[in-house]
Amino acid sequence: MTVISKSKNRAAAIGEAAAAGARPLTGNEAIARGAWEAGVRVASGYPGTPSTEILETLARYPVDDLQAQWSTNEKVALDVAIGASFAGVRAMASMKHVGLNVAADALMSLTYIGVNGGLVIVVCDDPGIHSSQNEQDTRLFCRLAMVPCLEPSDAQEALEFTRAAFALSEQFDTPVVIRSTTRLSHTRSVVALGSRVVPPSRGFREDTKKNVMIPAHARARHPRLIEREQNLAAFFEQNPLNRWEKGDAAIGVITAGTPYAYVKEILPGASVLKLALSYPLPMELIRDFALSVGRVFVVEELEPAIETEIRAAGIAAAGKAYFPRTGEFSPEVVRAAFERAGVLEPQPKPAPWPVQSTPRPPVLCPGCPHTMSYMAIRALNARVAGDIGCYTLATIEPLRSIDTCVSMGSSIANAVGMSKAGTEDKPIIATIGDSTFLHAGIPPLIDAVYNNANITVIILDNHITAMTGGQDHAGTGRTLRGEGTTRIDFEQMVRACGVKWVRRVDSYDVGQMHQSFREAVAFKGVSVVISDRPCVLDPVRIRGPVFAVALDACTACQSCMNLGCPALGWDDTTVEGRHKVKINAELCIGCTLCAQSCPSDCIRPVSPAA
Amino acid sequence: MADTETSPPTNVLIVGVGGQGVIMVSKVLAALCQLHGLQVKQSEVHGMAKRGGSVFSHVRFGAQVWSPIIPHGETDILVALEWSEGLRWLDAMRRDSGTFIADTQQIVPPIAFRDRRPGARSGYAPQSPAAVLEMVGTGFALDATRVAAGLGNTRIANTVLLGALSTALPFPVEGWISVLRDFVPPHTVAVNLKAFQAGRDWVESGSRPAEEAARPAGARVAVAARGHRLEITEAWCKGCDICVKMCPERCLRLDERGLAELANPAACTGCRVCEWLCPDFAVRVLDGLGQPVA
Repeated sequence: MTVISKSKNRAAAIGEAAAAGARPLTGNEAIARGAWEAGVRVASGYPGTPSTEILETLARYPVDDLQAQWSTNEKVALDVAIGASFAGVRAMASMKHVGLNVAADALMSLTYIGVNGGLVIVVCDDPGIHSSQNEQDTRLFCRLAMVPCLEPSDAQEALEFTRAAFALSEQFDTPVVIRSTTRLSHTRSVVALGSRVVPPSRGFREDTKKNVMIPAHARARHPRLIEREQNLAAFFEQNPLNRWEKGDAAIGVITAGTPYAYVKEILPGASVLKLALSYPLPMELIRDFALSVGRVFVVEELEPAIETEIRAAGIAAAGKAYFPRTGEFSPEVVRAAFERAGVLEPQPKPAPWPVQSTPRPPVLCPGCPHTMSYMAIRALNARVAGDIGCYTLATIEPLRSIDTCVSMGSSIANAVGMSKAGTEDKPIIATIGDSTFLHAGIPPLIDAVYNNANITVIILDNHITAMTGGQDHAGTGRTLRGEGTTRIDFEQMVRACGVKWVRRVDSYDVGQMHQSFREAVAFKGVSVVISDRPCVLDPVRIRGPVFAVALDACTACQSCMNLGCPALGWDDTTVEGRHKVKINAELCIGCTLCAQSCPSDCIRPVSPAA
Repeated sequence: MADTETSPPTNVLIVGVGGQGVIMVSKVLAALCQLHGLQVKQSEVHGMAKRGGSVFSHVRFGAQVWSPIIPHGETDILVALEWSEGLRWLDAMRRDSGTFIADTQQIVPPIAFRDRRPGARSGYAPQSPAAVLEMVGTGFALDATRVAAGLGNTRIANTVLLGALSTALPFPVEGWISVLRDFVPPHTVAVNLKAFQAGRDWVESGSRPAEEAARPAGARVAVAARGHRLEITEAWCKGCDICVKMCPERCLRLDERGLAELANPAACTGCRVCEWLCPDFAVRVLDGLGQPVA
């Protein structure tokens, strides 16, 4: 362990840090700060781990400085930013990697149009799939869209690159992508801050040949893209954002983004070319670097985006021959690769400690209203198309009642397809959360009605975007800044889509839930149940009277344990070798679901007097 | 300063279950390091945190820190806010010099109760804290949640562990206290400071210099399941077998050298019969804070 010597300059160092305005920030907070410093006027996005905190941070800056908003989905968010750019101000859209798939249609035209006010798209990748459905590499998207892709490696660069991205966008008439990863977005380190400079608005620039993408105009724009690509690459041949760190000439490492930190950790002496931009590449700089060293390695997470380009340019380099194409990098992953390449001696690995831990998969919270929806669904023996949200956890024990989950809003159309295939005797159900329904669930619901599919759609309305930590949406009646606004009424919305059988049920009313689900499934055609209860965590943490098990009456049937509620556990007493149930009073929020499920009526509220 | 500029960073890994305050502990530590002019990186994964899942946060500090995550097996101090989470991350710790600080509190996930057959056992980590501590070398297992409950708020167990952690790092205590004040809600400052001190006392009372002078080296300390500790001074034990015979829970035995040892820590209730009856004062029962039981 490091011994920290007493620095005589400690007090002075603190003073300097304060004067220079240095603050510990996460990568996401630094990106928001960089956008604010660059004078962004309009920012929009849709929540998605690990990108969510970018807009939440921006919303804490004064309302006079910028408009920040949650949009219905990522495509809408990008279109809002494009509109602001048309209108002549700097604009930003933020999203997670799979969000860019939703926004891709707008992006592919935007790249032809270019920008008026600078436009930056922040995309946060999730290598290792901590909280996503895949680990696609945004850098390949940038190549497809021919949009420059900046890759900061720490929070300080996140701020600086974001600030630089707006100027770059305006200079080269292009949207610019800032590509973050989970590790960068959620790592906090000290960042030196700058001040905000707002460029004057450029106003709307009337230029239909640039702003209206009809075939004649688009054909004229395409060659401009290729020219832009070459200009950008040339610009970055001599740019201080790229860093050539001269070291041991035997080994040269070309890297960008978070992997840079792992390279410095594992091979502190190597020569390093740290690229700021992973597309387009400054190939002459790379060629000079490669010629100055012995073996050249490309260290990049996920796809060989840089390596493929370099090798296509005829430069000898090794990358994915040693480094994995899947998963998140870490110091040990990078070390193992350099060991395979013969650069480092293999280190002996100690045998694991002979200890046994406990698996701890994520679970639905005590009192989660989704719990009862899936208990009732399970009783129907149905085929269930799931969707994306906390409720995807109903896939695993003990609820185990979701059969498929594809992408945001997929559930309803997946159910339509299953019903049209005609192979299932079971009732076909789609389950979708409120935020996900607004994001991408309305067009498939219209499709189901239009094509007269025999399905039941259950909208799990918990009045919040819960999975990402409790963000507002059009169905909550509040904006990102917490102001009141028009609240979308799901029942009216569903009826307007042409659904004839609609019912709203309280998710805590066990009898009504079972009855309504049975009736909905019996209806021939599209039926919709809105299972309605607010999330127990957001926007307010809900706590009701705590319940307890009357042990003398408990028969240890453990029916209540089917709920999978984290507040329910085993008591020490048993009946015929089975444990009676104990309720953890610290965790119980008084939802009553276990009490309603108990066949021997032994779960009762703890009276305040007792 | 020369030695710090070349020495590697210090690595602290803080683990627990969503909602326990892992992030608070790591933020306090990171802020303290920054105050001391050190470079610090703090990295966490949230997203599943609110879903009762496993949560961890890496804090690395020193003159120069590159990787935001601790290389595997190089954690200097592992702080576990929940017992089984500590075991999950044990391999991340340095074999020779790592320090393990863990709350013995158990948060049993629903999946551990899945087997409902008669006679089924819970799937929770089976080993006792004493057995694990014996393996890892430098380790502290304290019932921080019980200590926190004694102070009237189980939610400040993380601050008790922060106090224990503070004894393992070379920062002056005043710095810890001033940073802690900034990070906890204003109305909880007083109780958090008490919890912090309780954590410090718990660790420090186990190795008070005066006590060490009075009691010869080689005292064997075993942690019993209920948070208290049994200390047997081997140099004074003559193997008379009185404690073994008189223990109501039959949890003591003589080891192969004929010296008393706590064989079944899980059964020990801390009744102190052994302490009262030992003719050589070789047995002491200490409470969860390492204080002799009053």
